[in-house]
Amino acid sequence: MLKTFLKGGVHPAANKLSADKTIEILPLPKIVVIPISQHIGAPAKVLVTKGDKVKVGQRIAESGGFVSANIHSSVSGTVFKIDNVIDTSGYKKPCVIINVEGDEWDENIDKSKELKKDFTLSSEEIIKKINEAGIVGLGGATFPSHVKLSIPKGKKAEVLIINGVECEPYLTADHRLMLEKGEEILVGTKILMKALNVDKAFIGIENNKPDAINYFIELVKNFEGIQVVPLKVKYPQGGEKQLIKAVTKREVPSGGLPIDVGAVVHNVGTAFAVYEAIQKNKPLFERVVTVTGKSVKTPLNLLVRIGTSTIDLINIAGGVPENTGKIVSGGPMMGKAIVNTDVPITKGSSGVLLFEEKESKRQESQNCIRCGKCVSVCPMGIEPYLLMNLVENEMWDEVEKYHALDCIECGSCMFTCPSQRPLLDYIRLGKSTVNNIKRSRKK
Amino acid sequence: MTILVTIITLVSIGVIAAVILYLVAQKFKVFENPKIDEVEEALPGANCGGCGFPGCRGMAEALVNSDDISTLFCPVGGNETMAEVAKILGKEVTAKEPMVAVVRCNGNFENRKRTNQYDGTATCVMAASLYSGDTACEFGCLGLGDCVEVCNFDAIHMDITTGLPVVDQDNCTACGACVEACPKDIIELRRKGPKNRRIFVSCVNKDKGAVAMKACKTACIGCGKCFKVCAFDAITIENNLAYIDHEKCKLCRKCVAVCPTGAIHEINFPVKKAVVKSDEKKQTEETHINTDKTVNK
Repeated sequence: MLKTFLKGGVHPAANKLSADKTIEILPLPKIVVIPISQHIGAPAKVLVTKGDKVKVGQRIAESGGFVSANIHSSVSGTVFKIDNVIDTSGYKKPCVIINVEGDEWDENIDKSKELKKDFTLSSEEIIKKINEAGIVGLGGATFPSHVKLSIPKGKKAEVLIINGVECEPYLTADHRLMLEKGEEILVGTKILMKALNVDKAFIGIENNKPDAINYFIELVKNFEGIQVVPLKVKYPQGGEKQLIKAVTKREVPSGGLPIDVGAVVHNVGTAFAVYEAIQKNKPLFERVVTVTGKSVKTPLNLLVRIGTSTIDLINIAGGVPENTGKIVSGGPMMGKAIVNTDVPITKGSSGVLLFEEKESKRQESQNCIRCGKCVSVCPMGIEPYLLMNLVENEMWDEVEKYHALDCIECGSCMFTCPSQRPLLDYIRLGKSTVNNIKRSRKK
Repeated sequence: MTILVTIITLVSIGVIAAVILYLVAQKFKVFENPKIDEVEEALPGANCGGCGFPGCRGMAEALVNSDDISTLFCPVGGNETMAEVAKILGKEVTAKEPMVAVVRCNGNFENRKRTNQYDGTATCVMAASLYSGDTACEFGCLGLGDCVEVCNFDAIHMDITTGLPVVDQDNCTACGACVEACPKDIIELRRKGPKNRRIFVSCVNKDKGAVAMKACKTACIGCGKCFKVCAFDAITIENNLAYIDHEKCKLCRKCVAVCPTGAIHEINFPVKKAVVKSDEKKQTEETHINTDKTVNK
């Protein structure tokens, strides 16, 4: 029996069109637009001004607080200007725009490809270096990694879980990374284990990637304390709380954090970024992005410098097909439609997905038929139909009482609803309103 | 005989119950000022919450119980209702100038090009949580009608030819529900003005001039021409956006004439009688204004 989380879950068609495409390096763009807020938390503070020369890997914005991250230049060239540009959030955000000139890297970065296994740094030094490298959760939530690694007083980390599930349909970035940079990921895992002072780590991989599972089972023989956990194919297997439940059988309490049950979860992409930051002195300025879609000529996986315009990626994959109705940043379940093709790739962009016209349109919402499907598929065990009703009637106390804040926004309820009701939209509105009410209560 | 016993038993139960009920009622009597009912009667009974209290009853209680009611005001009933309340209570109320909701966006289909299409849930608050809107202007009206939805007085409607809400000034009571509902803070309560005449900047775009202009033909570009021409310090410019203080504005309409994009709107002024333009007459014009008359009288 494969391990999995217990409550709910859905089975969207996998559509992993680019699973067998090796990661290609995207040619350098002419211009990059680097948003200074690519993470959860306070935006970074810009350190450069117009006309400054920057090198690849040079810090261009420093972290604006504890929950924040440094931003590094992904190219070498001249700062053209600092302006507001629409990013994946759909709003204009301050960005550093750099004209690319050549490809001159910071001297400290080790550009060699060879694997460096040994490290001598202490836990604090590792966390400090990760903070300096501006590493955030690359699974899509972009939570600053050093915050996750700094265990609050009174809590103890017991187990590290590396998330290689990639349960979103279409996306294959993590899958390819695991196949091509397996050893690096494992060294990164070792470094993270050292940072957390744990001696056990699990790598969760969904069972639809047998090649990755077999490869890792082979590799971990040389790495003590790391174990591969094949997981049942079910969305959202890669949700943090679901993964913890599946691997450790522990349930994160309502309103709690993974550390409350002694677990810390990091994405494989993050583990790779940690390896590069510690062993190669390379800050986070590029990531793997899947460009895919049913009508896309050549779906592929690309290693992209942060700040590259989305259209550059699509052009490499064969351009925007004529029947495109929507372009989504991220996966089809949790991704977000982008407003135009100039939106820059950020640390959180795991994919660029081009939907065909006919599959992109929402169907008209019908009345709720009380079938209860949304309740049975909800991986968090909440009642989406009820929450939607409560939000519609603006009963915020009740919304809070029925655990709207536990919603992980996986979209399973909307995916399964036979009446195409916009359940998640309403729950999200409920969440933000309840959060605002809670904040005003504190004051 | 049996019937007598029955009658006596029932009557005595009735009497005992009556006595108990009377005693309990005396013991737990809640005194309520009869004036509250009277005042509630005088209020419009719309229960809109525009006064800040939960319904008209709440407002009536507050009116009766507080000594100084000059800060309380029923926007729906207006000065008439407040005068009536004052008569009932024998307290003083301050007359307020009538207000009206104003939609500060003129980005109709012609002025603002649509850059994308929104097919999510058709409410403004959700669209706003997802992105800045279906045009290049990130501040403008989303046109999904949250304000129409919340209006209790049938005073705001969607104009399908422009995609913008239109306020019916006769129905609008300035309760402020639409102001609260608008996620973009476009709707504002402003003085209704003498003869319902009012001037306002119909734009909330804080972008720099060139960006704003590109997004919408009638955007305020923050050029400052209106600020320079205003003789009453009524106009301020902040974040590339002009704002007319309706308390200070004397409705001279000079700003309307100089605005290069037509972002400043005049409402209910007689058409075509343009502002006196020649330099000679300027002096007289200003004296007119200083005596608090609109130029066009």
